[in-house]
Amino acid sequence: MNDFYTISSNFLYASFMIYLIATIFFAATIRDKRKEHKESKAGAIGISLTIIGFISQIGYFVFRWIASGHAPVSNLFEYTTFFGMMLVFAFIIIYFIYRITILGVFTLPVALLIIGYASMFPRELSPLVPSLKSHWLYIHVTTVSLGEAILAVSFVAGLIYLIRQIDQSVKSKKTFWLEFVMYSLLCVIAFIILTSTFRAMDYQVVFEKTEAGQTYTTEYHLPPITSPNDMIMTTPDRMNPLFETPGWMQGVDAGRKFNTLLWSLLGGLALYGLARLILRKRIGAAIQPLLEKVNPDVVDEVTYRAVAIGFPVFTLGGLIFAAIWAQEAWDRFWGWDPKEVWALITFLFYAGFLHLRLSRGWHGEKSAWLAVIGFAIIMFNLIVVNLVLVGLHSYA
Amino acid sequence: MQRIKCECGHVNPEGTVLCEACGKPIEQNQHIDGNENKKLLNMRYEGSARRSKTYNKSIVDKIWNFFSSVKVGVWLIILTLIASAVGTIFPQEMYIPPGVNPAEHYKDSYGLFGQIYYQLGFHNLFSSWWYMILVASIGVSLVICSIDRVVPLYRALKKQRAKRHDVFIQRQRLFGETKNATSEDIQKLVEQLKKKNYKVTEDNGHYLAEKGRFSRWGPYVNHIGLIIILLAAMLRSLPFMYVEDYVWVREGETKVIPQTEQQYYIKNEDFIFEVYDENDERFAEAIKRNGEMVPSNFQTNAVIYKVDGDTIPGQDPELTEVKSGEIIVNKPLKIEDIDISLYQASYQLNEFQSMSFKLHVKDDAEENAIGEFTFDMQNPQSEYDLGNGYKAVVDEYYPEFYMENGIPASKSKYPRDPAFIFFVYGPDIEKYEVNFLAIGANLNPSEDNKYKLSLTGLDMRDVTGLTVKRDHTLPYFAVGAIIFMIGVVQGMYWYHRRIWIHPTKDGVWIAAHTNKNWFGIKKDLEKMLEENNIEMPKDQQQLE
Ligand code: HEM
Repeated sequence: MNDFYTISSNFLYASFMIYLIATIFFAATIRDKRKEHKESKAGAIGISLTIIGFISQIGYFVFRWIASGHAPVSNLFEYTTFFGMMLVFAFIIIYFIYRITILGVFTLPVALLIIGYASMFPRELSPLVPSLKSHWLYIHVTTVSLGEAILAVSFVAGLIYLIRQIDQSVKSKKTFWLEFVMYSLLCVIAFIILTSTFRAMDYQVVFEKTEAGQTYTTEYHLPPITSPNDMIMTTPDRMNPLFETPGWMQGVDAGRKFNTLLWSLLGGLALYGLARLILRKRIGAAIQPLLEKVNPDVVDEVTYRAVAIGFPVFTLGGLIFAAIWAQEAWDRFWGWDPKEVWALITFLFYAGFLHLRLSRGWHGEKSAWLAVIGFAIIMFNLIVVNLVLVGLHSYA
Repeated sequence: MQRIKCECGHVNPEGTVLCEACGKPIEQNQHIDGNENKKLLNMRYEGSARRSKTYNKSIVDKIWNFFSSVKVGVWLIILTLIASAVGTIFPQEMYIPPGVNPAEHYKDSYGLFGQIYYQLGFHNLFSSWWYMILVASIGVSLVICSIDRVVPLYRALKKQRAKRHDVFIQRQRLFGETKNATSEDIQKLVEQLKKKNYKVTEDNGHYLAEKGRFSRWGPYVNHIGLIIILLAAMLRSLPFMYVEDYVWVREGETKVIPQTEQQYYIKNEDFIFEVYDENDERFAEAIKRNGEMVPSNFQTNAVIYKVDGDTIPGQDPELTEVKSGEIIVNKPLKIEDIDISLYQASYQLNEFQSMSFKLHVKDDAEENAIGEFTFDMQNPQSEYDLGNGYKAVVDEYYPEFYMENGIPASKSKYPRDPAFIFFVYGPDIEKYEVNFLAIGANLNPSEDNKYKLSLTGLDMRDVTGLTVKRDHTLPYFAVGAIIFMIGVVQGMYWYHRRIWIHPTKDGVWIAAHTNKNWFGIKKDLEKMLEENNIEMPKDQQQLE
């Protein structure tokens, strides 16, 4: 690897830290007694830091581009990191429209989670296969992730709305699903903690199978809860798998991915349990009092505005530019590849969101739930489709 | 058609909710937009008369009303969404390995669920009749709902007057009364509005300031774009608009291009396959992780020929070169005359072209040839004469050889890894001797052969796979997409804002409406009224 690569990595590391500090400053504004609209000092520092962090992340992007000779949006690490960067960018734009500091308290941690998650994937520079060698790769990927990032801001606003508005005095379906959203975020944290811990320990387990004279191996970097289907562990002195991955999960790596998923879900559960023990109430209920000052009307408006801005950008990048590129690279502009279909699903979903809101009056809470579901669809497309459903776009 | 005359003198069509000119609620029609027990008026369609809300008798009315309902539209969208998601659970048939039997493939790879998936026809979901019907219904719904709304909306916005009825003003979401406002205050506000690029019209001392009306047409423009896209998709079924085919061409080979009525030929001069240098310090680590070579380029150097004059059946046609060039992934080659493009789609490296053998005495250390022959994969013979009374008879030929439970077999008909069983006859051979040859081996089944066949040489070549395509529908898709984007941006990034200034006996009323972004219009008003004696209108509909 070369110097530019090192510089680039340092920039990314720096922005991660700066975002973290910016979050703390934004959080400090919660305690601020003054009115929401008036800018507090902590808020001003928060947004300045965010912008500095963003510029530093642009540094990461530029230097990595120089190092590899192509725009760094070509594998899962690069793409997801870029998505995190766009999320910060989208937040900066929305912040200057509405000046809501609380948005920073929630958006930046989500961006941090996304960048942290991205770093768990192989980070070295990778060469471009012929079908990716096109300017449309850059144009398509950058617009898609900007669009998705703006839509993600609507999720953050929706989440704030729900935490602020949902009645926490009784247990209900709503409180359950809100806690479920919290739990999902904790699963990502668990994934990051577990992966980086075991990576630091250089933990490795190898499984092998021989079929038709060929030997296949797969490597785990987390202790095996589940072993791959029909494979034998060849590393000595490791935890014995509890059960075998079912055979309908396809591919040599299915076992590893399934194992990682199980660890994340269990880790999330542990973190959630811990949080409940400390807080002695639902996470939503614990955060709610902090949001008293938030004007639900404005947050609702942000949810909608973010969709209104993000929807066309996403359509342009995810469907139109994607089609132009697919026409050149695979000679068909539309091919019902899973990734394409999920882009269409995202498009249809937000079209539904807009119609329900505009013509059927789905404002406030309903709209906020829809924003949460929309984000789940985007994440599904980013993670599950890439890692699980096979297709032309499978990065990892 | 019954018409309704308002007290302001304007004649409205049947089904009108708010007078097109002055906005006064028309009493008997308030249920249509649900205004009865509400403080605020529903301004969605300006209270205009929509066909779907006015007639409900004939079957045509019923179909019209069904498709113009947004509720139905959203349901259609949701159903399409769910169906599409189902289509990604397992790969569609076009993505399973070629040549396998889908019935078995889905069962073997995905178990019972796979079998059910296959039997329900979900392996071809996106071309199923019911998926098409869903998409077509969205199209119909788009057309009907747009016509239903756009015409009356256009009328209402065109006929509106600056002077509005008191009730209309009072029942707007943003409404404020200011006592003791002077006409100077009003004039000042009018100037401020003009400065903010509002279009101000006056009617008897009443003012209407309006901005961004064109954004109201955004949804209809974007729906037109969508309709064009759906129509373009239908055009694809017409062959003169759209053809797609495939051709494999070996290096050195000249082949007719399908879909050109035998008029065009392509010659594959060379197929180039390049990989990344694994010593490239930038990518070394990634290539190592990948475990195999990472390709960097696939390319066919091709020459295109056109047939000269008429061809006589059974005779090779006369060809003249029309163009030559490279076909690279992401850079198709276009034959302009017939508007056909060739795309680099696939390849097969190192296919065997011919293999040469010689016969020699088995124990001869020198391996002096008794006879030689060449097996041409394009033109295989059943036996080869070796001279001096010796001959080799082809008993079995396996183009792509592998062992299936100890029995030799072939995976395909393509010569990728050939193997042979030859019977060798000769004057001093009693019956015949069996020779089993695969690449790198002569696996003689019997130890006591006197003679042996050995491989002396081979020729290999690459094969390129090209997609042949003509697509005249692309411009329509492009136009549809552009119109869609214009419409969405028009409807989303601009807002239709109206502010009414309504003088009263002892002051002034201000009312304001926007089709979206209330936050923005409030900010606009706040800024202007800060330096004015007129009070900021109140939001009569704060959520809670
Ligand atoms: C995939 C299909 C569709 C897409 C992408 C789409 C897109 C849009 C967009 C972007 C808007 C503007 C929303 C806003 O400004 O917030 C809109 C408005 C609208 N759409 Fe659609 N639409 C689709 C299908 C339909 C269908 C099937 C119907 C019919 C029932 C429909 C009826 C409407 C109506 C009535 C409006 C609102 C017009 C208004 O109230 O001003 N749309 N559409």
